[in-house]
Parts: sequence; C-alpha cells; structure tokens
Amino acid sequence: MPAIVSVKDLNKTYKSGFEALRKVNLDIEEGEILALLGPNGAGKTTLISTICGIVMPSSGTVTVGGHDVVRDFRAARELIGLVPQELTLEAFETVINTVRFSRGLFGKPKDEAHIEKVLRQLSLWDKRDSKIMMLSGGMKRRVLIAKALSHEPRVLFLDEPTAGVDVELRKDMWQVVDDLRASGVTTILTTHYIEEAEAIADRIAVILKGDILLVERKDELMERMGKKQIRIELSHPIKEVPESIAQRGVQRSEDGSALIYSYDSRAERTGITALLNDLQAEGLQMTDLSTHQSNLEEIFVGLVKDNA
Amino acid sequence: MNTKAVAAIYKYEMTRFFRTLMQSFISPVISTSLYFVVFGAAIGSRIDSVEGVGYGAFIVPGLIMLSVMTQATSNASFGIYFPKFVGTIYEVLSAPVNFFEITVGYVGAAATKALFIGTVILMTSALFVDIRIEHPLAMILFLLLTCLSFALLGFIIGIWARNFEQLQLIPLLIITPLVFLGGSFYSVTMLPPVWQVITHFNPVLYLISGFRWSFFGVADVPVMMSLGAIALFTGLCVVAIWTIFRTGWRIRQ
Ligand SMILES: Nc1ncnc2c1ncn2[C@@H]1O[C@H](COP(=O)(O)OP(=O)(O)OP(=O)(O)O)[C@@H](O)[C@H]1O
Ligand SMILES: [Mg+2]
Repeated sequence: MPAIVSVKDLNKTYKSGFEALRKVNLDIEEGEILALLGPNGAGKTTLISTICGIVMPSSGTVTVGGHDVVRDFRAARELIGLVPQELTLEAFETVINTVRFSRGLFGKPKDEAHIEKVLRQLSLWDKRDSKIMMLSGGMKRRVLIAKALSHEPRVLFLDEPTAGVDVELRKDMWQVVDDLRASGVTTILTTHYIEEAEAIADRIAVILKGDILLVERKDELMERMGKKQIRIELSHPIKEVPESIAQRGVQRSEDGSALIYSYDSRAERTGITALLNDLQAEGLQMTDLSTHQSNLEEIFVGLVKDNA
Repeated sequence: MNTKAVAAIYKYEMTRFFRTLMQSFISPVISTSLYFVVFGAAIGSRIDSVEGVGYGAFIVPGLIMLSVMTQATSNASFGIYFPKFVGTIYEVLSAPVNFFEITVGYVGAAATKALFIGTVILMTSALFVDIRIEHPLAMILFLLLTCLSFALLGFIIGIWARNFEQLQLIPLLIITPLVFLGGSFYSVTMLPPVWQVITHFNPVLYLISGFRWSFFGVADVPVMMSLGAIALFTGLCVVAIWTIFRTGWRIRQ
C-alpha cells in the first residue's frame, strides 16, 4: 500500500520558541482510518494544521498524494478536506451558501447534486437555508464536515469531530466516516476517547509532547488495553498465597490484605469463576471485590515512563 | 490560476454587501446630502466659486474621494480581518489558492463596493448641483485606481491588525485627516504659502487634484503627477502584500 500522507522528520517550533512537533514520522495508508490520540497540548492540531497548510513546518517534509505540501501546495491541498477543532463559521451565512463557497474555493465546478448529497448525508438538507447562528453546536459541527466534503477530498482530517457531540450524532458521524472509507477516502481523526478510536479506527497513533510514541493496529493495541485487574479484599490478611491460587498467577497485595489477579477481559475464559471457587476451597473469606481496567491515561503514563 | 476560488471569494464577499444593501445605499445618500446642506448651502453661499467652478460642484470630487477612500479601506480591512477574528480564515489558508488569488478576491470585492458607493454619491450630488465631467475616461481611471489602491491598503491593515481598535486606527488617524487636509473642500491656492508647501507632502492631494481635474479641468498639481502618485501608491501596496504572503506574516504560524 502506498502512503497517501507521508510525514518525514517534521519539526515545528512556534515563534514563541515552543517546540510543538519533534521529528515526527508518520505514514498514512490510502483508504485507512487513523485515530490520533493524545492529551491536551500534545500537538495533534499542530500536526494536522501543518499537513493542511495552515502552519508552516520548521523543518522536515510532508507529502499528500506524493505532492509536497509547501512546494506543490495546490496539488496537495486539492486532495484534502479539513474539519477544524473549533466551531469556526460565519454566523450570518446560510448553510448551503457556506458549503457552496467551500467547493468554489477549492476550485471545483458547481455541482448542486453533490452539495445536496452531502447535506442529506449529514441530515442538514432541511436546514440548508437556515442562518448558521440559528443552529445547535452539533449541527454546526456537521456544517463544518459538509464544507470539508463539498469538494470531494481524498483525505479527510477531522480534528476532534465528536467533542461536545451527543451519542446519537456521534454514531451518525462514524457512519459517515465508514461510508467515506467505502468510497476510498482516507480519514485521520483526533480524539481523546479511546472508545471512539476503538469504534472506527484501523490504526491508532499516540502523540505526546510533540512525539509520536506509537503507531499500532487497533486490534493489537486493544489487546493490550483489554487487560483487566480484579482485586479481592480478604477478611483476614494472609502471609502467603496458597499454592492452588498462586498457580493462577494471583499475587498478594503488599500488606497481604488483598489478592490481585490480572486477566484478559476479551478472552473466552477469564478464569474468574475458577479462582472464586478456589478461594472458597481454601477457606479464604472475602469482604470486597473490585475490578480495574487500564485506560488510555495509564498507557500514556506508561509510554512517558518508557520514553523518559 | 484558480479562477473558481477567486470567484467564490468575490461572490461571498459581495453577498455580505448585498445583505445590507439598503444600508450601503442609504448612508452615502444621507451623508452626501448633509455635506451639501452644510458646505454647499452654508459655506457655499459665502464663496461664489473656486477657480471658476461653483463651490457646490467644486466639492463633489473631494466628497467622492473621501467616501471612496474610507470605504475601500474599511471594507477591505474588515473583509480579511473578520475571518481572522472568527477563525474562518483556516479554510482559505488550507485551500489550493495562492496569495494573488486571495488578494484579487477580497480586494476586488472591497473595490467594487467602494466604486458602488462612489457612484451613488456622484448621482446624489447631481441632484443638488450641475456637474460637468470634462475628461470622463480620466475620471473613471482615477476612480478605479483609488478604489483599488485603498482597498489594497485596507487589506494590509486587516492582516496587520490584531484587534478592532487597530483596525479603526489607521483609517481614523491617518486617512481621514489626510483626505480633509488634501484639498477635498478647498483649493490649495486658498491656503497661506507655508501651508501650500506642507500640503504638497500629502499624497492624497495628488489624487483629489487629479480627480478634480477630470471633472473641471482645474488642478492643484500637474495631472501626470497625480497619475504617477496613484500608480506609485498602488505599486507599493502590491509589493507589501506580496511580501506579507511570501513570509506568512501575521497569517501563517
Ligand atoms: N500559535 C501558537 N503559538 C505558540 N504555541 C502554540 C501555538 N499553537 C499551539 N501552541 C502550543 O503547541 C502545543 C500543541 O498544541 P496543539 O493545539 O497542537 O495541541 P492538541 O494536541 O491539538 O491539544 P488539544 O487536545 O487541546 O486540542 C500546545 O502546548 C500549545 O500551547
Ligand atoms: Mg487540538
């Protein structure tokens, strides 16, 4: 698979002297959906803005469809649709006019049928003549998506498309992204929600402090994330874990008041039932039981430690 | 050249103008009428004529220039400042357009609006005084160049401005005084000698003088000098804008 977007040794230092991107390397395959995850200020928006031409790279190169985004900006940008993080729209404009404007701006000939298709797809057709200021936040987000799709891009960037969007609309958006994939569009989206990445992405990239820490297939990452822990509080502290239970990989907490068992929540057999049976057989009484799942935050922390 | 993009920007800017068409139309009509009441009737009754032209008619070119310059500047500066302020500029920056196309779209629209207003003032004036235009082609040329060059200036101001105060600052502190002191409502020959010399450093004098010459054939400075001045000014603005876009100054981070 050839990379449709290729980022090589990209650095960005803002005028303030802040290093927002450090030697970023990333290849995005044609047709895939890539989720870019990272905490606030990690550099997600900076990376997207640099690819789209809003921010000038300090060094390094970016190509889209084989075209350098600086030297050959026309050819590169024609392929790109961008949905920005902020709800930036002109309040007094009507929905359909602002979408038409986007298409014209990207040099595409008038095509009312396409505009109608996009607006219908995003359930905006009934609102086409409404002024943007009269729309709700979620609808405004959809208008931004409609603008980005108006010129039939081959690569779509969605910068936190589901921030402040309800579950229903979120599902609608995922559906739109899925439909786009079916027509060969590559999508890059940023999000803070691992569930979102889980729901639609093929690959996941994690960025932290301007560094891409990992790029991995979703299923592989999910497997790692699927690890869960169960903590069993005992009525009487123990000095040693009984043999039969230790065999299962169960560990004692530091003060011996609890047992900790790690398992794969996605596995068919988690071994929890067997463990509880063994506890009973050993005559251990439990007072409480809690489970814990490693989340994205912990993966970040882990990654930072590893990279420190 | 991405002509579709230029057309899209131009059209988008013009619809903003047409949305407030009545306002755009009525305010110059009213202000022109007021100028005629104040300057034409009150002062004009004490001044018969300036260099053989009735005072009422004499101020018409200055009136048009005053509005055209301020309107071209403020429309163009607002046109580009507003997307910067609201954030919608992201789209223009990420579109397959170069600086020339962006400038043509925004500046073209602002110049068109100024031209429209200039024409409205000319027609309103014709209701109050007899106007003759001796050199119509020169008149149109001066008008177009003024619309264009001041729209270019406004565009630069809009890119430069970081807030609304700065946006208003230059038109208010520089352009309006220069226009008033540039002979809009009087002939330079009416000033004391010292002021005559000082006034010749005011670039606006050359524009108004040339413009007035195309109406009445009388001028404060040779008409070719007027033409040279406006051409030079336009050229300077183009170079400034080209530099801004090449360096991404205050546009691209
Ligand atoms: N114009 C700028 N000048 C200086 N620093 C900037 C500028 N824009 C962003 N930064 C800084 O660069 C870093 C990365 O910002 P960026 O917007 O790319 O983060 P992000 O990953 O998109 O965060 P979020 O999840 O909050 O949207 C931040 O520390 C931010 O403060
Ligand atoms: Mg961001």
